[in-house]
Formats: sequence, structure tokens, C-alpha cells
Amino acid sequence: MTDTQKTSLAERLAARFGDTLKISVVRNEATAELAAADLLAVATALRDEPGFRFTELVDLCGVDYLGYGQAEWDTTDVTSTGFSRGVEGEAVGRFDWADRPRDVHRPRRFASVMHLLSIEHNQRLRLRVFCEDDSLPLVPSVCDIWPGVNWFERESFDLYGIIYDGHPDLRRILTDYGFVGHPFRKDFPLIGNVEVRYDAEQKRVVYEPVTSVVPRVGVPRVIRDDADLMQAKAEAADDWRRN
Amino acid sequence: MAQEIRNYTMNFGPQHPAAHGVLRLVLEMDGETIVRADPHVGLLHRGTEKLAESKPFNQSIGYMDRLDYVSMMCNEHAYVRAIENLLGIEAPERAQYIRTMFDEITRILNHLMWVGSNALDLGAMAVFLYAFREREELMDVYEAVSGARMHAAYYRPGGVYRDLPEQMSQYRESPWHKGKDLKRLNSWREGSMLDFLDAFTDDFPKKVDEYEELLTGNRIWKQRTVGIGVVSPEQAQAWGMTGAMLRGSGIAWDLRKKQPYAKYAEMDFDIPVGVQGDCYDRYLVRVEEMRQSNRIIKQCVKWLKANPGPVMVENYKVAPPKREEMKESMEALIHHFKLFTEGYGVPAGETYAAVEAPKGEFGCYLVSDGANKPFRVHLRAPGFAHLSSIDAIVRGHLLADVVAMIGTYDLVFGEVDR
Repeated sequence: MTDTQKTSLAERLAARFGDTLKISVVRNEATAELAAADLLAVATALRDEPGFRFTELVDLCGVDYLGYGQAEWDTTDVTSTGFSRGVEGEAVGRFDWADRPRDVHRPRRFASVMHLLSIEHNQRLRLRVFCEDDSLPLVPSVCDIWPGVNWFERESFDLYGIIYDGHPDLRRILTDYGFVGHPFRKDFPLIGNVEVRYDAEQKRVVYEPVTSVVPRVGVPRVIRDDADLMQAKAEAADDWRRN
Repeated sequence: MAQEIRNYTMNFGPQHPAAHGVLRLVLEMDGETIVRADPHVGLLHRGTEKLAESKPFNQSIGYMDRLDYVSMMCNEHAYVRAIENLLGIEAPERAQYIRTMFDEITRILNHLMWVGSNALDLGAMAVFLYAFREREELMDVYEAVSGARMHAAYYRPGGVYRDLPEQMSQYRESPWHKGKDLKRLNSWREGSMLDFLDAFTDDFPKKVDEYEELLTGNRIWKQRTVGIGVVSPEQAQAWGMTGAMLRGSGIAWDLRKKQPYAKYAEMDFDIPVGVQGDCYDRYLVRVEEMRQSNRIIKQCVKWLKANPGPVMVENYKVAPPKREEMKESMEALIHHFKLFTEGYGVPAGETYAAVEAPKGEFGCYLVSDGANKPFRVHLRAPGFAHLSSIDAIVRGHLLADVVAMIGTYDLVFGEVDR
């Protein structure tokens, strides 16, 4: 991505918005974190001001940070009985609805993440808004600023239960008619809660609690030290294989 | 006698041949005129993103093929680029050229499907048959390189699964292919896959002329598309449109030029743009894109013939070691075992990688917390953004124009519903 302006995007954002935005730039990707209350004013400025001109909102999605950084398999110590073979833990796919994880590991669970694109300046910007209340995640809707975000907000509402305040038509979009729950939340079981089949006696399709599949995980979720990757780099540089 | 006429609501799809799969469109009509269009999507929702969270990174590559199932490798490209970003690795040069070439083969595959089915929707049968003739040849290329005609799973973080095959598959004699016909079919297939592609690209512009002869000047085709579904440049940006939908409205925006990835920076090609922003302009844009893709493939074939080399990084944490090496080396065996039982950890962080897929910008937003499985994968599908604008675009059009509009969006529900 080439910057068409003299100062970098991060500098311009900091100069214009000050403490409202928490800006970080990693691998040339700029991210700005902001409070829900500031979103509408900042978004309007980002779209309209000549220095930014983010005329397109390319993408919006919800993220559930429940269990971020949690591994299922503790590899730092070995007990007398050896490893657990990764059969314990509470990651996606391991539980049904009755045993879903309930404790919240981060101060705020839900975030709404937007990706903006400026065609004029050939630049991208990521905006992240955390929802203050986990039991009623609320974010203002940017539908009036970028009408194309309509379905993306509906999707995020459907899958994560994030409520977009001011959205003109906040219905479910991807799940079934009459679906209960928000399936992409980390405490929603991968196997789901209900299954459908055709009932020959009632001569219609019926919904029943899931019985045909059980929670199962093929590969446990493991977090290794990043030294792993550094070692790989060293090995590649070393040409150890040819010795 | 006065008669009261009321608006009525009509259900279009989900089992309608012009609904391109599983679109259910609830149309509020005033006679033949659309008052409101309310698409109901999600009938093909499989929860790809959630499934990806429950699997090691490499095991989800196959899911990407099944999103937009007529532009398979472009979807893979976005996903593996996101992983490569976070890992901080880059595919070898030859792999980059192979990816560029297959992205363009995919674009032609997609546009052939589009031109055929869109023409079919609007009442022209022959184009479909013509387009599938060339699709078949390119499907064979997919098969030669990956073993699968559609769901290739060929791109991997760090390169591609294997190098291009030395031998192109040939037709055998059968009740359907025999004699002179068989000889003609096999005449391109004597040498390697690159020789085959060389012959294909020499011939393909003539084939595009054939489609154009059937449609471009066709009076019925023009009556169904000119001035229909006009999207202004401002509207296109406000609705998050990308790809041919944006270029059809006159904005020269193409990620291959503006934010080049793989080897697009070294390629010589042009970006066609429309003027009116109607269905006919978008048709012209896509047809021209096929010609430009053909040019890119030709350049890649030339480079690939001259430059052999590795197609995968020499990093055994992300790429499996060679079979022969595993017979000799203990470390190689361990790496192989670890890679296929546990996968690789991706450093914590987040990234958004986008490619210019045939339908528009296909993006992958990836959040990793350092584990061997993604924490969150979000796939930005162009068709999802495009379809959301249908209500604003078709209001006031006639019912038959809705079919033209669905066609021009180039919708595939695998990616809309994910």
C-alpha cells in the first residue's frame, strides 16, 4: 500500500482525534480502538474529511474474546500419569449446552471490528469498538454513514448477539427462521442445540435436542512458545539438515 | 365498476433456476413493478468460520474452496495470505507465479460460468454450452495440478502443495471420444501442463470473440441489460461494492494494481472500466477481464517454463519435509509427525488479507492468540455486500429485471451464506 500523503495515517489520526483513538500499527495495518460513544462522530469525520475519505466500509464483524489465549493442554508440567492427551478443556467443540463455559476471562467480551477503505488515498483502517456490557452488548449502528453495512451488522447481531443501536432493520440473517441463541459465541456448542428430521407420523419436519452427534475434538488447542518459530528460522539459516 | 387493485407479495426462490442456488427473495409488487425486495439468505449457512476455529490452520483450507465454489483458489489465496502475514513467511517466487497464474485461471473459470448462466437467465441458451466447453479444459488443469476438478486445496501457507505436473492428462478412447475427435482433443495434451496452457491461451481470445458475437451486439441482450440496474459511483462506494460492480460504475479500483500481491506487480495487464454502470457495462467489463486474465496467464507460463525452483518454503514448522528425507532424518520425521498431529502455532495478532477475487474483494480477517487453531476467522465475501444493495437498486424496475440484476451481481451462495 502506498501512502499518497506526506504524513502517515497514524500520525494524521493522532493529530485529528487525539486521545479518542488508541492507535497501533502492525505490519503496515493500522488499528484504532475507540469507545462506543465516540463512534458516530469519528466515523462521519473519517468518511467526509479530505485527509481520510474512507468512503467504503469493506467489512464489519463481531468478535467474542471469551477464552482468548487459553490452551486446552498444559504443556509446561508433566504429572506422574503423563499428559492428559488433550481430552480436557473448554474450547469450541468440547462441550454441549449444559456444560458450556460460564466464567468470563477478559474484562470485556464482545467487540465489533470494522475495516474501512479509502479509494482516494489507497488506505485501509481497522476500527475496533468493545461493548461495555457483556450481558447486553450495545454498539451504535453506522448504517446512516455507510448504508452497505446493513447486512454486516445484521450478521454480527445474528451470530454474536451484538445489538446495533439505531439499525433500521435488525433481524437475523444467516440462521434458520426461529433460531434461538447466537451460534458464534464461544460458549455456544459446536454441535448446536437442536437438530431436525422428518417425522413420518406427524408428517412434518420436527426440531429435537441434539442426540446424533456428541462433542468431539480431533486436535487439542495448544499454545506453544513463539520460540518454536524462532527456532525454525535458526534451523533454516543453519542448514542443519545437510550436516 | 371500480375495482380495487392492491400490492401483492411474491416469493421468488429458493428453488428457482434464476435464483443461482438458494436465494429466497420476497418481492412486494405493484403490478409488474417492484416496490420492495427483501432477500432471505442463509439457507446455505454452514458456519465455516466457527468450524475453522475448531481446527488447526491447515485443515480449513478445504473449507475455503467451498465458499465461492466457482472461484476456489482465490478464496484459498486470501486465507493462506492471512496466515502468512501473521507467520511472517513468504512463499518462494515460483509459488507466487503459480498462484498468480491459478488466480487468473480461476477468474476465467468464474467469468465463463457467469457469462453462461447470466445469458441463460436472460434467455440465451447457446452461450452456456460454449462457455462450458472452455471451462472443461481449465477444470482439467485444476485436476492435473491438485487432483480435484473444483475443491483443490492446492495453496498452502508457505507456497503451494506441489510443483506443476510434467504430463497433462489425455482423453482415452470411448464411445464419446474417438477417431478424429479424440486426436483433436489430445493434440494440446502431448506435453506438460504449461504446454497445454500455452496452447489454450493462444486459442482463448478467439473463443471470447465467439461469446461476444452471440451477445455484445445482440438486440435482445441489449434490451435486457442496457440501462438496467444502474449503479452510480457514489452508490457503489456507499454499498461497499468491489470488483466488477465497482469498475462497471467507472471507478478504476483493482487490488491487483492498487495493492499488488503475489506477482501482479510484475504483470502487464489493463483494468477495464464501465461508463454507465448498468448491467451491460458490467458484462463488457467481465468479458474484457477474461482477455486480460488470458494475457496474465501467458506471461506466467513463459516465466514458469524458464525458471524451475522450490514451490514451498524450507521451514519444517509449517511445511512437511520430503518423503525421502523422512527415511533418513529423525528430525524430519518428528517435524512431519508434529505438523500433522498438532499443526503449527501462529503468533498472536490480527491481520486482514484481501485478494481481488473474480467477484470482488474477498478478504480474510484472522485473529490468532498464538494457538494452533485460529481464534477468529472472518471471511469477507463480495457477494454478501453486493446482494445487500438489491433493494435499493431494483426498486421501480420490472420483475424480469430482478433476474438480470441477480445475474449481474454474480452471486454464489456458498460465499454469501458461508
